[in-house]
Amino acid sequence: MLLKFNQRGNTLVVALEGELDHHSSESARVKIDNKIDETGAINLVFDFSGVNFMDSSGIGVVIGRYRKVADFGGKVGIINLRPNIKRVFELGGLLKIIKEYNTLDEAVMNW
Amino acid sequence: MFENEMKVEFPSKSQNESFARIVVAAFASQLDPTLEELSDVKTAVSEAVTNAIIHGYENGSGIVTIKCKISDRTLTVEVLDNGKGIENIDLARQPLYTSKPELERSGMGFTVMETFMDSLIVESEIGKGTRILMTKEFKLI
Ligand SMILES: Nc1ncnc2c1ncn2[C@@H]1O[C@H](COP(=O)(O)OP(=O)(O)OP(=O)(O)O)[C@@H](O)[C@H]1O
Ligand SMILES: [Mg+2]
Repeated sequence: MLLKFNQRGNTLVVALEGELDHHSSESARVKIDNKIDETGAINLVFDFSGVNFMDSSGIGVVIGRYRKVADFGGKVGIINLRPNIKRVFELGGLLKIIKEYNTLDEAVMNW
Repeated sequence: MFENEMKVEFPSKSQNESFARIVVAAFASQLDPTLEELSDVKTAVSEAVTNAIIHGYENGSGIVTIKCKISDRTLTVEVLDNGKGIENIDLARQPLYTSKPELERSGMGFTVMETFMDSLIVESEIGKGTRILMTKEFKLI
């Protein structure tokens, strides 16, 4: 799994590419946490446009990062979910806590 | 009735999670599945194999076995481990139940298997291992 980071003000944009499963989630969560600490970002946007597979391990990664930033009043958004991945998130009821936005601008503007 | 079957065995390494779901998807492809059906099967297999690795063998070494069977348009997938077993299967199958919250597990694996497949049977014995049996019928398009 490849991770690309971008910053928009105090929002860290994490673009994930590849398959998000138990194996790839281990290093993904470490890299994301390090980047949050390094940049001091408050909010997080996950860009899922490059993710073609995800199982429940991905729910764990997103909720775990949500817990981390929410402690400091941060917000988390998700953009560009493919239908198969959206179904996994919906099962977990995750989209009730963490919102899906149509674009990065929409996510950041709503905060 | 058309019938076919296959069996794969591999060590309980997380690198084999993607191997496992691709192998099952490749076997299922003879049923001309839709992309959605294929994605459902891959996700369910990924959940069962991941559980065998992190819960059954607790990230230690062991063998995971997958047996697949096709009968007409129904695929049966069996995932077996000889790991520690499940104490309370009813509790384990509850959405959001996890015995390992410290590993950031969400407790949604069994719910995913149940939702994305047509049927799910879980059999387990403490100290002996766990057997997951799932079926899915592929629609004719
Ligand atoms: N093969 C197995 N061997 C032993 N215990 C298992 C096995 N599979 C599942 N379990 C038990 O059942 C519980 C629920 O499994 P489930 O897959 O639903 O959630 P999880 O693995 O904890 O979290 P998630 O799958 O969302 O990452 C696990 O926490 C574990 O205690
Ligand atoms: Mg699981």
